[in-house]
Amino acid sequence: MRRLPNGGRGCDVTTADGRTSGAAGGHDHHHGAHHHTHHDHGSGCDPSVVTPPDPKALLSGRGITFARGGRTILDGIDIDVRPGEIVTLIGPNGAGKTTLVRTLLGLETPDQGTVMRRPGLVVGYVPQRFERDAAVPLSVARFLTLGKPVVRTTVAAVLDEVGAAHVIDRQLVKLSGGELQRVVLARALVRDPDVLVLDEPARGVDHLGEAELYALIGRLRDRRGLGVLLVSHDLHVVMAQSDRVLCINRHVCCHGVPETVAQHPEYMRLFGTAARAFAIYQHHHDHEHALTGEPLPSSSAHADTNR
Amino acid sequence: MTDPFILRALLASVGVAIVVAPLGCLVVWRRMSYFGATIAHGGLLGVALGLALDIDLTLGVVLVALALGGLMLGLGRQRAVPADSLLGILSHAALAGGIVAAAQLSGQRLDLIGYLFGDVLAVGTSDLVWLGAGGIVVLGVVGWLWRTLVAVAVHEELAMAEGLPVRIAEAALVLLLALTVAIAMKIVGVLLIVAFLVMPAAAARPFAGTPEAMVGLAAVIGALSSAAGLGVSIGIDVPAGPAIVLVMSAVSAASIVWQSLRRD
Repeated sequence: MRRLPNGGRGCDVTTADGRTSGAAGGHDHHHGAHHHTHHDHGSGCDPSVVTPPDPKALLSGRGITFARGGRTILDGIDIDVRPGEIVTLIGPNGAGKTTLVRTLLGLETPDQGTVMRRPGLVVGYVPQRFERDAAVPLSVARFLTLGKPVVRTTVAAVLDEVGAAHVIDRQLVKLSGGELQRVVLARALVRDPDVLVLDEPARGVDHLGEAELYALIGRLRDRRGLGVLLVSHDLHVVMAQSDRVLCINRHVCCHGVPETVAQHPEYMRLFGTAARAFAIYQHHHDHEHALTGEPLPSSSAHADTNR
Repeated sequence: MTDPFILRALLASVGVAIVVAPLGCLVVWRRMSYFGATIAHGGLLGVALGLALDIDLTLGVVLVALALGGLMLGLGRQRAVPADSLLGILSHAALAGGIVAAAQLSGQRLDLIGYLFGDVLAVGTSDLVWLGAGGIVVLGVVGWLWRTLVAVAVHEELAMAEGLPVRIAEAALVLLLALTVAIAMKIVGVLLIVAFLVMPAAAARPFAGTPEAMVGLAAVIGALSSAAGLGVSIGIDVPAGPAIVLVMSAVSAASIVWQSLRRD
């Protein structure tokens, strides 16, 4: 990728409440703060900094702190997922990505901090590992209706949306890895969720399948106006689809639009050579996001780097 | 074959096989057979408790089974001992404790072998009433929570994230296992209850395409095996419970062999 100009855009780090600043000069005060820790960003580690929750957010975490066996896994993490927005969570192994996701889903209770969901929020969840159990005889159609009973036409439509219409009557255990991936995604979608949470959905899928999967997630966001929270350890394919990236290693190391995070010293330090080899797979945004009501900050960045 | 005690034995064993079919499938799906065995082994302790407190023996069995189930759910979160070792400890402690307590309390009065292996030919009308009433409760609760129970068996975390009442379903499953042990104990005995749960379900698996088909097939296999086993028992004068379990294991073995041959 072309190096970004070293101006304001290179420091377009979001404020602690996750608001991505698009306004000129709105990021100037972050300039030169790169070598500081997250405390200086006000990311919530300092308990005296109280960040008001984003009113537009579907799902928010404030000051999420989580410890197990005397080891701090998460330390004061702030996160917001808003409608029509893809937020990608990256970080090295053991950074606490899955724990954060599980906490936001209510599967774990944080030691400190709060999780806020918009009332009546419907969450679609694609867990990190889906192990099929041959003990239970189950067709794909039946699997999709386990969480919420829906009619067969809905099941068929959702399977079609994820490109797995042909497996509707197949037994779950007979699916290939790629088909299973899509079917698990379909189970999340059949609930007509407001927010989709995917924990390393491309694990165990080859690179082509991975690129396809991320493109599909992007299309789903566009079509349904979903908020998406995506966990990934893969820096190569995922970031271009993201509106915001949150790089965590127990605490929030840096966050912002993908290009910004890729240039961030904390990110460079965490990922080392992998970060240097980083290349954003670009695509054009040829649409507006009516739900957010504002142009995505990443659109201009994309236009900038995309020849 | 028209003796009333034979008719009662037939009703009881076929009834148990039908009542335990959905629970048996759940036990197979969730790999809980050792959990089920532990609850069953508590049955004898329950009889001793019933004798000691001079309450209905079935009630004593239900109470002890519930306590054991609750203990196992509570200890399930600890990391000091692997889960199956914990079950191994609890299961045999309950069995040994039950045998000692029963012997201590009742001297020679208690038919220990009958409780361990069941005595289906000695089933009385009150046992059938317990089976009928308990069976309706068990099947009713299973039916009410069925979707959640299946969802949890397929993927617990997904079910929880989707807001299904996972904890309620989990507690209900323990309660239902306790009730099942109580009503089936007199008929099949504490040592063989798990066979009634697991064997027909395992035999049904290769022939089922849906969870419900597996339950239905398990009920049919269990009922037919019970009738056949009872016939064998009367024909060659061997204990009925073990005879039924032998028929069930033959059917399971045939099903497993058939399945592995079909795969190749």
